[in-house]
Amino acid sequence: MMPKSPRIWQLAERRYRLLGSKCVLCGKTSVGPRSICPACGSDKVETVQLPSTGTIYSYTVVHSLPAEKNGYGPYIMAIVALEDGTKLTAEIVDCDPEDVKIGMPVELAFRLIGQESEHGIIYYGYKFRPIIPRT
Amino acid sequence: MREIAVVGVGMTKFGERWDKQLRDLFVEAANEALKDANMERNEIQALYVGNFSAGSFVGQEHVGPLLADYLSLKYKPAFRVESACASSGMAFNLACMAIASGMYDIVMVGGVEKMTDISAPEVTSVHAKAMDAEWESFFGLTLPAAFALIARRHFVQYGTKPEQLAMVSVKNHRNATKNPLAQFQFEVTVERVLTSPIVSDPLHVLDCSPVTDGAAAVILCSAELAKKYTDTPVYVLGFGTASDTIALHDRSDITTLGAVVEASRQAYKMAGIEPKNIDVAELHDSFTITEIISYEDLGFCEKGKGGLMIQEGETEIGGRISVNPSGGLKARGNPIGATGVAQVVEIVQQLRGAAGKRQVSGAEIGMTQNIGGTGSTCVIHIFGRQRR
Amino acid sequence: MTVFGDKKTVIVGYGSYIPRYRIKIESIAHAWGESLDTLRGLRVQEISVKGPDEDQVTIAVEAARNALRRAPEVSPKDIGAIYSGSESKPYAVKPTSTIVAAAIGASMSVRLADYEFACKGGTEAIISCISQARSGMIKYGLAIAADCSQSLPGDVLEYTASAGGSAFVIGHDSGDPIAYFEGQYSVGTDTPDFWRRDLIKYPRHGGRFTGEPAYFRHVIAAATGLMKELDMKPEDFDYIVPHQPNGSFPIEVAKRLGFSESKVLPGLLSPIVGNFYSGSSPTGLCKVLDQAKPGQRILLVSFGSGAGSDAFSIVVAEGIERKRGLAPKVEDYINRKKYVDYSLYAKFWGKIAR
Repeated sequence: MMPKSPRIWQLAERRYRLLGSKCVLCGKTSVGPRSICPACGSDKVETVQLPSTGTIYSYTVVHSLPAEKNGYGPYIMAIVALEDGTKLTAEIVDCDPEDVKIGMPVELAFRLIGQESEHGIIYYGYKFRPIIPRT
Repeated sequence: MREIAVVGVGMTKFGERWDKQLRDLFVEAANEALKDANMERNEIQALYVGNFSAGSFVGQEHVGPLLADYLSLKYKPAFRVESACASSGMAFNLACMAIASGMYDIVMVGGVEKMTDISAPEVTSVHAKAMDAEWESFFGLTLPAAFALIARRHFVQYGTKPEQLAMVSVKNHRNATKNPLAQFQFEVTVERVLTSPIVSDPLHVLDCSPVTDGAAAVILCSAELAKKYTDTPVYVLGFGTASDTIALHDRSDITTLGAVVEASRQAYKMAGIEPKNIDVAELHDSFTITEIISYEDLGFCEKGKGGLMIQEGETEIGGRISVNPSGGLKARGNPIGATGVAQVVEIVQQLRGAAGKRQVSGAEIGMTQNIGGTGSTCVIHIFGRQRR
Repeated sequence: MTVFGDKKTVIVGYGSYIPRYRIKIESIAHAWGESLDTLRGLRVQEISVKGPDEDQVTIAVEAARNALRRAPEVSPKDIGAIYSGSESKPYAVKPTSTIVAAAIGASMSVRLADYEFACKGGTEAIISCISQARSGMIKYGLAIAADCSQSLPGDVLEYTASAGGSAFVIGHDSGDPIAYFEGQYSVGTDTPDFWRRDLIKYPRHGGRFTGEPAYFRHVIAAATGLMKELDMKPEDFDYIVPHQPNGSFPIEVAKRLGFSESKVLPGLLSPIVGNFYSGSSPTGLCKVLDQAKPGQRILLVSFGSGAGSDAFSIVVAEGIERKRGLAPKVEDYINRKKYVDYSLYAKFWGKIAR
């Protein structure tokens, strides 16, 4: 079978760096590449750096795992609202299920998302974690 | 636009059908529908079939001609429609338009899914393909997890309680005990739902529709031809379809499904009715939260009052609006691609007065509401015993 | 070997990363039925454990991002080279440095390579950045020293091998320096004290043979050689940061070199987070930078089995005060911890799989 490399490569940098799309006309932002603004239909959409911090808009602890996550769970999935209002779906790591809350501040983390197989390519990308306390 | 009637319905037993293949299930349901309509198979002019992911479940694509072939509909056009869990609702909608336009006079609409050939984690992965593969499921979101995100927001914004979600399961399981074709013909209690294993917090196993093998089929014709086949035709009074963002996170408020609001607005307008006119509805309770949100988005109750509506028993059989007398996706079963047509089968039986122990007495107007993915597709049909 | 004679080759950013999970050595000893008495000599209490979704690449990227946070004057596009040193690359063939480059948004016009020399791949990456910056081949280089240190289940290495790493933005005559390099000295011999054969999952070692003929001989030779070249004595240094395979070797080697314990303790991480292999002494350096004052002098000495050592004399500059707070400190990562038992440790490491 053809490895998934092309599909992963197409989006890798956006997932690594949390790049998003922003409409030049109406300012609507979204994660993932778009050539047409989903809000106003303008074709003036540019790639922008999205903020690396936000808060949890909603979350769930996934116990019933998809095949790709065999043995990994339970894990926390959330919709994160970034500082600029952009929402995205991400795993919350370095956080115990009993500690996650709506409104909790989180920051960008770079993590392994999965792999094609033991022999195949490895997928990396964004997850979010509670902000590391600083002294 | 020509009016449309349903003149034949058929459905397999839903559940774990270990000995049946995809094509066997479909043929079983299709034969039932033909028999119900007193119709010869060569009278069928076209086949519309809803199927979500035979490619993933059984390694088969191109299921339109496969099913036409096995039903011996030689050279007849066969359309396969895919809209995730709304596949056969959408197939039904396209078939309605084919009749309404005058293109065909008689068509069959089927839906089928064979899900038990693969493991539960694999099914979870296939379900997840109904969402945004690159920006949701890639990161680990599952379909139950997405509805769990919705449920948690609903809890926070409207004070809905896990107990109220559980009541949806309790009602639908109770109804399914009166449906001999239902997958789960046993009752559950709120306590049992809330102590069942967690799938994706706050949703428990008994908040989620199951993995199901099954098929359903119906036969549509122009209203003028209906009486030739049956004394009790059921008429399509209106319909609406709408789409929404593929990713849940791209919606400003995830506690309302915009496609449901829009599709129902179209359907009510076309049928010339209001929500209060609905006697019986088969709603898309893929998860218990989905039924509660649907009450609100369909205008059965105010936004945020869905939990109260189930709690007060308004959607029990014989309540203000009887919802999911078949047992719904939750207890009748949810063979993804077959679900939309299975809803139609139930509403037709209800409006014929042929629903047996689960009959909603005096049902005149019924609704089916079929949702795909996290609400990225919604298709709604309104049916009546009388023509418009 | 090299005395720079100027203060121009500089660190303009540094950053570290340590995973959140820890295991106490009691938990490992319990799993294998080892007596804690026999382990006391290691002077290690607990070690970091990589999360189930962490590897050498993710640690490298997190450390690199922290280093860049402390170098706000450096655009990722100005980085001419990214070198990553490690002995635990998730790909045997395919560079880590390419992934780091994409993750930080480096330009396509960039020199990328991975280094391996057991635990001193990281300091080799630093040397490459120093030399290319000094020669004018690059404006800035990013040197990364990180590992998810492998250890055979049940082996004594399990009590020390851990996960973490650091990164450094290095330039010449540019930026707002945190520190400058004063001199560098390396040694190497063919000493098979520790190795991992191709396609074999876990490294093997010569037990006590890793001590005198390997660690001590090379670290002492490199440190002594550098001090001689610079015409300096232990008294001229405020800190010494040797490679930290356990909690006792660094203290012992510092003592033999004539350094007081107080000069080695500030950069000593192994007793509380273990051995990051390539990331070990570089992260010790970061911990020292987190607290050092401008003008203070640091002796950094890595050790890579096989075997060799790279020694550096580094003097802290004014920029440290402005930049220290721009990213989490090593201490912040040390304080962020959650203990796991041996079963979770083994699962996270892939030592058991289903």
